[in-house]
This record gives sequence, structure tokens and C-alpha cells, in this order.
Amino acid sequence: MSLHPFPYLWLIPALPLLGAIINGLFGSRIQRRFGETGIWATAVLLPWISAAIAAWAFVTLARSGPETALYVKLWGWLNVGWLDADVAFTLDRLSGVMCLVVTFVGSLIHVYSIGYMRGDPGYWRFFAYLNLFMFAMLTLVLADNFLLMFVGWEGVGLCSYLLISFWYRDKEKAVAGMKAFVVNRVGDAGFVLGLFLLFWGVAGTWQNPPHVQHPLPDIILGGEGAGATTRAATAGTVVGSEGHSLPAPQRVMMESIVSGIVHGEGAAAAAPLPRTSVKFREVERILRDPARRDAFVSQRWLGLSLVTLACLFLFLGATGKSAQIPLYVWLPDAMAGPTPVSALIHAATMVTAGVYLVARLHFLFALSPLALTVVATVGAATALFAATIGLFQHDIKKVLAYSTVSQLGFMFVAVGVGAFWVGIFHLVTHAFFKACLFLGSGSVILGCHHEQDMRKMGGLWKLMPVTAFTYLLSCLAIAGFPLFSGFFSKDEILWKVFSTGNLVYHSGGFWLYVIAAVAALCTSFYMFRSFFMTFTGKYRGEPHGHDAHASSPSTHDSGLTTHDSPAASHDSPHDSSHSQPAAHSSHLPHESPASMTVVLAILGALAVVGGFLGVPPLLGFLPNWFEHWLEPVFGGSEHFVHWRHYPHAYEWGLMGASVVIAFLGAAVAWWLYYAARSPIPGRLMASGSPLVRRVHRLIYNKYYVDEVYGRVFVDGGVGLSRGLWWIDARIVDGLVNLAGRIGALCGMLQGWIDRVFVDGLVNQVGDGIVAGGRRLRGTQSGRVQTYVYGIVAGCVMFALLTYAVPW
Amino acid sequence: MTIGVPHYLIVSGILLACGLFTVVTRRNAVAILMGIELILNAAILNLVAFSRLVTGAVGGQVFALFGIVLAAAEAVVALAIVLQLYRAFRSVDTTETTELKE
Repeated sequence: MSLHPFPYLWLIPALPLLGAIINGLFGSRIQRRFGETGIWATAVLLPWISAAIAAWAFVTLARSGPETALYVKLWGWLNVGWLDADVAFTLDRLSGVMCLVVTFVGSLIHVYSIGYMRGDPGYWRFFAYLNLFMFAMLTLVLADNFLLMFVGWEGVGLCSYLLISFWYRDKEKAVAGMKAFVVNRVGDAGFVLGLFLLFWGVAGTWQNPPHVQHPLPDIILGGEGAGATTRAATAGTVVGSEGHSLPAPQRVMMESIVSGIVHGEGAAAAAPLPRTSVKFREVERILRDPARRDAFVSQRWLGLSLVTLACLFLFLGATGKSAQIPLYVWLPDAMAGPTPVSALIHAATMVTAGVYLVARLHFLFALSPLALTVVATVGAATALFAATIGLFQHDIKKVLAYSTVSQLGFMFVAVGVGAFWVGIFHLVTHAFFKACLFLGSGSVILGCHHEQDMRKMGGLWKLMPVTAFTYLLSCLAIAGFPLFSGFFSKDEILWKVFSTGNLVYHSGGFWLYVIAAVAALCTSFYMFRSFFMTFTGKYRGEPHGHDAHASSPSTHDSGLTTHDSPAASHDSPHDSSHSQPAAHSSHLPHESPASMTVVLAILGALAVVGGFLGVPPLLGFLPNWFEHWLEPVFGGSEHFVHWRHYPHAYEWGLMGASVVIAFLGAAVAWWLYYAARSPIPGRLMASGSPLVRRVHRLIYNKYYVDEVYGRVFVDGGVGLSRGLWWIDARIVDGLVNLAGRIGALCGMLQGWIDRVFVDGLVNQVGDGIVAGGRRLRGTQSGRVQTYVYGIVAGCVMFALLTYAVPW
Repeated sequence: MTIGVPHYLIVSGILLACGLFTVVTRRNAVAILMGIELILNAAILNLVAFSRLVTGAVGGQVFALFGIVLAAAEAVVALAIVLQLYRAFRSVDTTETTELKE
């Protein structure tokens, strides 16, 4: 892969960052001075410029040959020994696709938010966060190395937290944000561990490296040689413009490398392989080298191959970010955030970061069939699991949330069986139709005065035609109706799963196919259920203002016991609204402003036509552009991934099965929920059959996973904390107190010694002097004769001393 | 027998003893002063006596005259003190003027 300098690449993430800084620092003042227009003028414009640059870069990339990547290095970041992380951005064909999706869908959602967030006191804050998210997501996508990607990875997590808890005064929403953040932390720990294992394992530091191509000692090779050469190799492409001033020998070496890179295909072979690296393309280069690859794969630790272990840890990170079992629990709660956020972060872009990670590391995952099997299995399990939960949800956003979890599961199935481009393809189409669905639901929620319960909607087709129509298009897409985008991507996933020969267990492909097909059936059903409940029949909400829905929380919350079709329970109020249209007309749901409907229309159109990018060769009326586009990226992993070959009839048959599934799900939903006419759901609930009710209760309560997690992890954590608190209070504090006591005791002893001996001595001296003085005082009688005795005695004594004592 | 220096010294010693005895035994401050005068005279007598041993010298006699003058001056000062003492205590008894005790 050769690198082409593209000096404007860094602007793609930097412009949203600029917007975030402007609105984050001065937003409240701008909003006071210029109103909301002043806020969105910058916040929406900058992502669009960024999108334009992304498109320009994409075209440039498309023109510069298959094996190229656009590259810009801003500055060296952590260049210590083998660690060679730069702040540098790379746009290859994979990140180019992601970048386009993120910038365009993101910018559209920014436009949508202009209308959706109107009147919110935190308008400026919202757009600052949204821009910051764009920056973090684009950093994640365009990062040249793991560490920079991790910066983006954490950044999107932070923005997700900030935006879920956007209405932080509501405790439930603040808690949802915290839950997302904490669950993501678990995954992030996996990401970091995987990264460490990879970096460590590629270097092979704990054994003698069998691959040393250099006669130099390790210190020199690792510390100077490898670092300098990789740095030179990466800096090579920009050396001409920047003119590095390096010492002469390095300059010579670098120039030879640069010439190697620039001239011809043998470039990769010309640059010596580094010992290890955090750069994606360097790691890929190392693992392409057979000797190094064998050395890496043969390393085992704790009975597992190191490559599997690294992949599993990285996949744990992906499950956290992409809401897969076991870390999916945060995503449904994340619906507490504003709906554009749900669309942008929790459907179209951030949650797909895990899929992107696995696809980005295809060269690594391809080496471990076990890890790939785990990815595919977890993906399939999640797809089915979340889809069944979605069947009975009443909250329109919850339905979409579980749908997202389920669709992400499909993507993981795709990358898990080694069909990386298919996973990315579904990611793209999903970004279109799921963003459209979420934005449609946002439009509905706004129209219905912040009502999210589908049982209180209905009949909105006439009131909100654009929303309804685009929602229908997206439903058709996600359900996989022929020629809609979801059909191509999902059908391709199902076909790849069916024909995979890569799973470690026997005939795994077939079973995963069955699971995925059932999940697809559920998808079709619950999506059309949501459509029919929302848009057909009669409007079931009360024609109320904002204050009235405080009066009906009981029906909202006791969904378990009330009928599934609430037409019977809420029939009267809306009739009165017809009799007094003037009084209540403003309270009826209404179509959203143009800034929102236009976005819905664009996304709806994309949801319809997006699939034509990747038409399977079987149909063949269009070339499969998507696969061809990504082929240079994933081509290197092709021969590690095995496929079973079936005759075309199988493929036709599966495609037919997909179509049947899509129609079947929609038909059942139509039968049960169209215009909320069918009494069956209500009867089923009322039937009192314990089995039905128990199953419904189990699924309605999301398999009690939140409760189990709460019991095991939260209560466990609390219990552990209590235990530790007890140890702290009793043992640690006891030890501290004991030490204190001993100190006090020593002090007392010393004090006693001081008082008795030292003070005693001092006092004794003083007392002695006082006593002596008291004795001597008597000699001063004041009587002169007495003194004379003394004088005489003294004289006599001296006389005697002088004469009587013989000296 | 010739009168020699030792005889003077004996007289001087007796004078000293009388003076000391007076000073020690009398309570009256004036009497004590008189005793002091006797002691002084004993000393002066010594000076005169020892000057006999030096032929042709009059230093001893001169010192004696000085001593007598000194004694007179001393008596003046001492009597003035005694007068002040009397003013303060209405008594010249030294056993009563013991205010410096303790």
C-alpha cells in the first residue's frame, strides 16, 4: 500500500472540533446575542464543510489507484522505542467509506437538530456536544494507529455520555448516561488489553525472536533501528514538502526508503519490517510476512493462542461500543437522550465503531478462526435476542433501540464469518435507514408533544405525511423488501453465513443462518408493528397540552397488564377533539418543520437506493461496486477465510426465503396491528394462559437481563464494597488505631520520663538553690556586730592561713 | 630596758583589742564609732612605731598625720550618718536598725 500525501485530511475532524470549541466556550453568549441561529450557523456549517472535504478526499482516493491511501501526519506523538504513534490520519478505502457515512449522515442530523432542539435552553450545549462527537468519531475512523483510534474511541464514549444525559436534571436520564459510560468502560478495558497483547505479541518479546533479520543487538535494533526506520517510512511521503533535517546516515536510509515507496510495487518489501508497531498498516505488513506471522500465531498463553486472545479482548471492546451481548444493556437506556442523538450516535455511527474495528483489523481476526467464530456467534445471538425483546416494546424509541442492537448483531455475524465488506455494507445501509427511522420517530415524538408510547399514537399518516412515508420506506428497507437497501445487505449476510466454512464448530453456518433468519423475521414484524401502531388507525393520544401527560403515567407504566391494543381503553377523548377543532387543533400532532422533513426525505431516499451499491452478482443488473471498492483492503485476508461452494439454486432459494420472511413478518404485523383493529393481542393477553403470559412477561421485561446484571454486578459491587468497607473499618482502621495507640503509649511513657526525671532534675537544681538561699538568708541579720564577727573571723582565718599553715 | 618596736606593737595590739571589743559589744552607734577610732589609732601607732626602724625618714610620721586627718573626716561622715540614722529610727541602737534583714 502506498501513501499519498493529502494535506487537507486533518481538516475533516478538525472543523467539527473548531465548531465544538466555538460553541462550547462562547455558546451561551452567542445564543444570548444572536439567538439560536447564531449557534447552528457555525455548528451545522462546519460539519458540512468537513463532509465536502471528505467527498473531495474520497474522489482523490478513487482516482489514485486501488492500493493507495491518503495520508497526513500532523506531528509525532509517542515515538519511544518500538512505539511509533503519530497524530496522523489515513484515509484508505475502508475509512473513506466510513468517513463519508459519518460526515454526511452526521451533517444531515445536524440539520435535523436545528428544528428538533428549537426552544431548548441548552441549544448551544447540544450543538457543541454534537460537533465534538463528530470530531471524535472522525478521529476514530481516520486514525492512523491504535492509540489515536483509542482517543476517538474514548471521545465518542464521552460524547455519548454527555448527550444521553443531556437533560441532566432528569435523574433517570442522568443515570442512563452513567450506565452507558460505565458499561463502555468495561469494553474499553478489553480494547486496551487487546491492544497491549497485540503490541506485545507482535514484538514477541518474551521469546527469542525467530525473525530477526538484522545482525544488530536487540537494543539497537529495537531502540534505534526499528524506530528510526518506521518513522522514516511513514515520514517518507511527506519528506519532500517538509524537508526534514536529519543526521546524514538516517537521511540516506530514509531517502532510500522513500524512493522505494514512491517507485513501484516492491516498496513494501524494500522497507524493513519493524519489530512491532501500533500502526494498522505496519501491523498488517508484519502479519503479511509469513515468518513473522507464524511466529506470532504460534505464541500461546494460558492455553489460548495469543492472536485469539488479543482478538477476543478487542472484540470485548467492540461489544461494549457496539452494544452486543453481554454489554448491550446500555443502548436501550441510551434512548433517554434527544432523538437526533439516538439517530446519530446510537444508530448510525458510534455503535458501528465495533464493527469498524473488527473490519479494520481483518488481517488479525482472519488469523484466528476461533475468534471469528466467537464474533459471529455473539452477533447472531444478539441479533435474535434483541429482536425478540423488540417484539413487545411499547416505546417507539425502545423498539428502534433493540432493532439497532439486533442489526449490529447482523453486522457482527457478517464480519464474524469473514465477509468483512458485507458487514461494512450493512453498516452503511443501516446508517441510512436506521437514522431515517430514528429521525422519523423523533418527528413523531415532537409532533405528539413528547409522547413516546406507541399506544397513544396512531393515525399519524394523515397528520404527518412526510414522516410517515419516509418511515414506511425505511421499514421496508430494514425488513428487507426486495430492491430496498436492507434487502441487499441483509440477504448478502444471510448468504455469507449460510455458505461459510470458517466456523470452528460443525455445520455452524446452517444454525447461524437459522438464528439470523428468525431474527430477520422478528425484525420485519416489530418494525411494521411500530409502523402500524404509529401511523394507521385513529389517533389515540389525548388532545392535551404539555401538562396533561403527567396525569396518565399509570397507563404508561403498567403496560404489562393493560391491553396491547389500547384502542378500547382510550377511545373517547379524541372524538371530542373532532367536535371542537378550533380549541384543540394546536394540540393535535402536526408535521415537523421543513428542516426536519427534508432530512427525512434525503435519508429515506438513501434507504431506498443505498442497496444498489452492492448488488449481488447473482442478480447482476448492476456491478457490485461496494465489494470491488473494498476488495483491495480486505483482499489480503481472503485466503484465510474459507467458503463452501453451493450451486446458484441455493442462493436463489435463500433469497426467496428472505423475501418470504420479510413479507411474512410484515403481514403478521398488518394482521395484528393494522389500525389496531385486531382483537388478538388483547385476547392473547387476556386469555390468562399461564404459558403465554409468562413468556410475554419474560420478553417484555427484556429477559430480566437488567435485573440480573443489577443483582450480580451492581449489587455484587455494592456487596464487595460493603465487605471492603468492613475490612477497612475493622481491620485497616484497627491497625491504624493500634499504631496510634502504640504511639500514644510511647508518648505517655516519654512524657512520664520527661516529667519525672528531666523536670525533676531541673526542679531539684532550682529547689536546691532556693533552699540554700533560704538558709543563707539568716546570715543577713542586719546587725552590724554580727557582720563584724564575720570580718574578724575572716581576718583570723587569713592570719592563721598565712602563718600557721605551712605551705 | 629600752623601749623598742615590740612595745609599741603591744600597745597598738591592746588598742586594737579595746577598739574591737568596743565595736563588738556596744550597741550604741556612737560608741561603735569610738571603737573604730581606737582601731584606727592602733593602726596609726603602728605606722609611727615602724618608722623608727628607718633612720632619718619621716614617712611614717607623715602617714600618721594623714591618718589622723582621715580619722577626723571619717568621724564627720560617720556622725552625719548616725544623725540621719537617728532621724529615721529615733534611735541609735544598732540592734533596732535592722531593716536590711531579709
